[in-house]
Amino acid sequence: MDDRGFRLSDPVSKLRDSDPTLLVKNLNVDIAVPAGTLHAVTDVSFHVDRGETLCIVGESGCGKSITSLAVMGLLPRKATLTATTLSLEGVDLMSLKERDFSNIRGNRMGMIFQDPMTSLNPVYTIGNQMEEIYTRHGKGTRQEAKDRAEYLLNRVGITAVKSRLGQFPHQLSGGLRQRVMIAMTLMCDPIMIMADEPTTALDVTIQAQILHLLADLQDEFNMALVLITHDLGVVARMADRVAVMYAGRIVEQGTATQVFATPSHPYTQGLLECIPIPGKSEPGSHLGAIKGMVPALVGDQDGCMFRNRCPYVMDACTHGNVPEQSLSDMRSYLCHLGSEQAAINLKSGAFVTAAQ
Amino acid sequence: MNASTPNDPNAVIECQNLGRNFTIGRGLFAEKKTLRAVQDVNLKVQRGEVLAVVGESGCGKTTLAKMLLGLLPPSTGDIYFEGEPLQNVDRHSIARRVQPVFQDPYSSLNPRKTLASIIALPLNVHNVGTSEERKKRVEEIMEMVGLPRRLLYSYPSQLSGGQRQRVAIARALVMKPEVLICDEPTSALDVSVQAQILNLLQDLRKELNLTYVFISHNLAVVEHMADQLAVMYLGRLIEYGASSEVFANPRHPYTKMLLNSVLTPDPSLGLPGSASDGDFPNPLDPPSGCVFHPRCAECMPQCMTTLPGILQDDKGLVECHLYTETAANAA
Repeated sequence: MDDRGFRLSDPVSKLRDSDPTLLVKNLNVDIAVPAGTLHAVTDVSFHVDRGETLCIVGESGCGKSITSLAVMGLLPRKATLTATTLSLEGVDLMSLKERDFSNIRGNRMGMIFQDPMTSLNPVYTIGNQMEEIYTRHGKGTRQEAKDRAEYLLNRVGITAVKSRLGQFPHQLSGGLRQRVMIAMTLMCDPIMIMADEPTTALDVTIQAQILHLLADLQDEFNMALVLITHDLGVVARMADRVAVMYAGRIVEQGTATQVFATPSHPYTQGLLECIPIPGKSEPGSHLGAIKGMVPALVGDQDGCMFRNRCPYVMDACTHGNVPEQSLSDMRSYLCHLGSEQAAINLKSGAFVTAAQ
Repeated sequence: MNASTPNDPNAVIECQNLGRNFTIGRGLFAEKKTLRAVQDVNLKVQRGEVLAVVGESGCGKTTLAKMLLGLLPPSTGDIYFEGEPLQNVDRHSIARRVQPVFQDPYSSLNPRKTLASIIALPLNVHNVGTSEERKKRVEEIMEMVGLPRRLLYSYPSQLSGGQRQRVAIARALVMKPEVLICDEPTSALDVSVQAQILNLLQDLRKELNLTYVFISHNLAVVEHMADQLAVMYLGRLIEYGASSEVFANPRHPYTKMLLNSVLTPDPSLGLPGSASDGDFPNPLDPPSGCVFHPRCAECMPQCMTTLPGILQDDKGLVECHLYTETAANAA
């Protein structure tokens, strides 16, 4: 029993302090499509510890959602996953049978999806859906499940909890639904939460509330949080560490302060130049623009994936592997240009010039 | 003031006490209720200006846009277009002068038509020119919005999101309108593409002397684009003024709350304190008094009972007891 009066016993977890909560090394996800093989995720490595927030940021189609599904074991059947390591608290997730995996999923790790309307079951009550998770994972009786659901709904800031448990998802507003989703994820006291664009469907004022709630709960329950988003504002305010994804690869990693103060990969620099920032970018001025489009990820890949949009493209970029520039233990980026050149490029405003 | 004449005949668009109600039937025997989607909106847009309308979902932004497009007749009040009441202008000539750009370029383009016929459709509807001239006009406009000519006979499904939004803009501009109503034009797009579209809209405005009504919930984009800012809450215009002024010195507590929840990409700032835990109220059953009082950080006793008056001064307009009271006391 933990101090909140709920059982934490779990046969699957083998707690070892040395293991990061979530460790992903050289993750590749390939999907067979009629035109060939789609390399959705290529050589992605990251780790998250308890109490830490990792934000994965990137545009649509960059593989951030596939990465989260791969970790959760929810990839579509035709996708093939290979990795050196994919482990949760030392438990190798790749070796697990589906049956064992479903004992972990929703139990030790939870997932919050973008649109709470489509991820909640419309024909079951809120209470029903929350209690099911608890009893499915053998955490206790239905009464205990109900008490836990009430406690958590209260905790996520929902009033009149007893009547809410009997309501259906369509009777709640978007913000409330997302709160219910969060409470539901916490039912089994997970050690890691994967949140895929949790606030994209919400209004700005509600977004601030939900992000606050997530940060508070992460502190209180000491969880690892992986937040997947395309909103650089959310990343800056929430993240301890940031991983920027482009075309299935992590192109830049580091702490939030490092990545936002000295973005080193041309793509990260471009992204930060093309968003209007109140108080910083001149109203009515030209924003920076990243020319061109994300390359197709089908078929063989060679060279840097960003080369067709990069203002600093060189001959070396067209083929071969792109070297990883490692600046410190957790700070690295994928580019031929060294950190000194990257710092010069950052001041050049090449993306704004490109937009003229 | 005579209600049937515009205050400012030079304004491109002027709304006077504009309102729109919807009747909602809730089941066979339940009484019908009136939803006041837009109430008492007074706005003016000068030529070449960008008016941004912001607010949470359900606050009446889109209903306002539809009325300005002449697609929904107002229930109360009047809209003047260049000093002329909109109800006297027929639909075709409204459409010649006011055109929309919608949010989602994936659903606003007909998937079975080529770009050439999508962009030329307004010309056909209005019977402009010969087919040769139409084709030439389509090519011109495609070049203007940055679509290559080789896409002329492509279908929307072959385009990226940014290209589709360019098609939507081209279709809106092909009739050479004076006003463009952009309803969340970039919220379905990625940030790098959003920047391209915003730059394009800025360029087109200067080139063609266009007037924009720009509806968005992204306040960073609004700050970048807008000259005038209108903040709506539950169908009411609660603050209105020059964009730079409102962003620098917001007056209404709701505007403050909105601006406070903008997340600028600065890791040193952390999350903004959530001023309000309340949810957006049910528009069918709006709160008494000031509609914002259940969420307001500066709520006073009179806010719960009486609707605040409107204070209009050189800085703009604000509907809040905090300001109307002090103004009344000073007078």
